[in-house]
Amino acid sequence: MKNIENFVSELLSATENAPELLLQDLCAIQQRYSYIPENAVEILASKLNLPAVQIYGVIDFYSFLHRKARGTFDILFSDNITDRMLGNQSLIDSLCEKLDIEPGTPRIDGRVTVSVTSCTGICDQGPALLVNGMTVSGLNEERISKIAELIEEDTPLSDWPASFFVVEDNIQRSDILLDDKIINGSAIESLQKNGSDALLEILEQSGLRGRGGAGFKTALKWRFCRDTDSDQHYVVCNADEGEPGTFKDRILLNSYADNVCEGMTLCAGIIGAKKGYIYLRGEYRYLLDDLEQTLQKRRDANLLGKNICGHEGFDFDIDIHLGAGAYICGEESSLIESLEGKRGIPRKRPPFPVTNGFCNQPTVVNNVETFVAAAKIAVFGADWYGSVGSSESTGTKLLSISGDCARPGIYEYPFGVSIEQVLEDCGAHDTQAVQVAGAAGSTVPAQEFHRSIAFEDLSTGGSFMIFNQQRDMLEMVQNFCHFFCHESCGFCTPCRVGGALMKDLVDKVMVGHATHNDLKEMENIGQIMQQNSHCGLGVTAPKPVLDTLEKFPQIYMQRLANRGFEPAFDLDAALEESRQITGRDDAEAHIEYEPLLNTAGQDES
Amino acid sequence: MTEMTDNTVNESGEKQKPRIATAALCGCFGCHMSFLDIDERILQLVELVEFDRSPITDIKEVGPCDIGLIEGGVANAENVEVLRDFRRHCKILVAVGACAVNGGVPAMRNQFELKECLVEAYINGIGVENPQIPDDPEIPLLLDKVHPVHEVVKIDYFLPGCPPSADTLWTFLNEILAGEEITFPYSLIHYD
Ligand SMILES: Cc1cc2nc3c(=O)[nH]c(=O)nc-3n(C[C@H](O)[C@H](O)[C@H](O)COP(=O)(O)O)c2cc1C
Ligand code: SF4
Repeated sequence: MKNIENFVSELLSATENAPELLLQDLCAIQQRYSYIPENAVEILASKLNLPAVQIYGVIDFYSFLHRKARGTFDILFSDNITDRMLGNQSLIDSLCEKLDIEPGTPRIDGRVTVSVTSCTGICDQGPALLVNGMTVSGLNEERISKIAELIEEDTPLSDWPASFFVVEDNIQRSDILLDDKIINGSAIESLQKNGSDALLEILEQSGLRGRGGAGFKTALKWRFCRDTDSDQHYVVCNADEGEPGTFKDRILLNSYADNVCEGMTLCAGIIGAKKGYIYLRGEYRYLLDDLEQTLQKRRDANLLGKNICGHEGFDFDIDIHLGAGAYICGEESSLIESLEGKRGIPRKRPPFPVTNGFCNQPTVVNNVETFVAAAKIAVFGADWYGSVGSSESTGTKLLSISGDCARPGIYEYPFGVSIEQVLEDCGAHDTQAVQVAGAAGSTVPAQEFHRSIAFEDLSTGGSFMIFNQQRDMLEMVQNFCHFFCHESCGFCTPCRVGGALMKDLVDKVMVGHATHNDLKEMENIGQIMQQNSHCGLGVTAPKPVLDTLEKFPQIYMQRLANRGFEPAFDLDAALEESRQITGRDDAEAHIEYEPLLNTAGQDES
Repeated sequence: MTEMTDNTVNESGEKQKPRIATAALCGCFGCHMSFLDIDERILQLVELVEFDRSPITDIKEVGPCDIGLIEGGVANAENVEVLRDFRRHCKILVAVGACAVNGGVPAMRNQFELKECLVEAYINGIGVENPQIPDDPEIPLLLDKVHPVHEVVKIDYFLPGCPPSADTLWTFLNEILAGEEITFPYSLIHYD
């Protein structure tokens, strides 16, 4: 116990008791102890001058923070549909059996917990898991057996085979963005040479639009932020990459980190920011040390810090903040809340972050890929960038390709490329559908494969999941509905309740108990969510259902119960617990199934 | 939408009044109390309708009806039985109030295991004498969770509110009896 108190006190004095570092402190405590002990909360509360309930509120919000110990080894299997397609479920069963545990429950001896988590961004090299936050890729029975042994032997993670932790970049096709990296400092030089007005002009001419999905014009965002009067401006790199099936920021952070920082520094120079943050999703903790090293090297080379590249008064530095397993924190206003150490609840917009962002100051939030593109444009010019792509969407897009194809991985394409072309290049055959832009994206059936990747057609943050003819598309829908239900921040009713109802109804379809009325209800709920949700999560959450109801109706129809109404749950089974508790088994302790009960006064259509 | 059918004519050739039944499942009777808040308009109502099973009439078994009003959620085996009986007998079945629509306050126990609730109430509760969990066959068994009524039978209309106000109920009944579309002024369906 003394030990915990010392650890927390040291942690806090190192960070000068800054309340906005609460989440970072909690991540450190979680990492050290596998949970947040009560006495740690007490110390945090008194030193940071926060009510304990607020700290518990933060702990309960983030999936990777726990109030109860997870054990020496905390294992989280990535549970995206692509992991499932690669057979993660039998591997989970197998590991649980070997360790003699139930998923989600810590083993009695405090050694290990095994559960699942949302997509960890290793879809091209899955199935994957996180062990104490570190990524293990390429799982198979052999690896699982070895992992079970290592756990039973209590082998520290540092002594596990290094090959387990290898995550390749896996770049299958490169174009202007990935082809060559810019020389460190060259974008900063360009800014100094041209001045910020001219550089904003260049960015504008290049037509660069945000790569996080929404496609807002980058030059415009930076200009709005610069023109907002304030002492402090901030640059934030959105490295939350939470959209299922997206993993392109992973390779940029791994192999193009200097270019990412260069883009952020460029932005800082233009908007007048002294401070920047990389918000790194907790799932990418394995990249943290290398990123810190990159930042240190840049400080040593005077590319960060005071008087950058010798330019008097150009001061800028970057900190990395870790996320803790919350998809909603990719939404820029939640991300800012999270950066401030709070629960990631989306803010009301307007005001937008460009005027009222981090600590209520003007803030630019951009995707990782956007910063890399901006840095390159500053060096190579607008024409170079605008020479590829389509009219509305200049330049290229990184696609993270996974699912049923011979060569999953990263593909960089000029905007305007057709789905057909992409499928051919990655060796996909017999394709039934492509899910473009992740769980929140569009389900594209084969007859629409002529469509193209571009803001004016299929807009995407980069997720591209392929499903062949053998796949049951309802499994995808079910996976995504569970994902959204789990990831809803709970702030507004349409998403919190609607998402849960939708999930239950899809489950009902899956087991063959749904009726036509249930399908109508799904459409109805979907519309309510789209029209009334507070943020983009709730607006897009019903999309997998609505898209497939329209484009793949047979996956629902073939499973419908041939009746006007079916209860939402098994009535007799719902009495089982009571029967166990009371020991009763008389006739009244059962409920008979009555299929034709509901004939009076009903419309069956 | 489910329509009221034409009133039938009885043996003596008179037009029969529509029959209404009401029941409270797992709720607090607050919706019924709110219903009584229509006050003197109840005299108009009895001109318009005939009451079947309801706390007002004390009839215990529901017969063939035009409209059934259900208050409360589904928490035990008896609730299921009553609800099904209503569905069998009522042309139009209406979920009245938050508990019927969502499970409401009783559904707060869904956060816990049933066993925990029973132990808290009958074993560890303050002032409990002769602690034991009741197992008498006379007492309906509890479902493991409390459910809204539409998860057990088909429901035709939902009247939200905790409780729906007397005016809401009155408006609804008048509209449905007149065969009109159900619409409410905003003041009757906003809750904050
Ligand atoms: C639920 C939700 C999740 C999001 N997740 C991400 C994300 O992981 N990465 C990202 O760059 N943008 C994400 N966004 C978009 C951001 O809100 C924001 O638009 C983006 O970071 C802006 O950067 P850009 O202009 O460079 O695209 C998300 C949006 C929503 C509504
Ligand atoms: S839509 Fe969902 S994620 Fe967004 S604020 Fe509402 S509950 Fe939270």
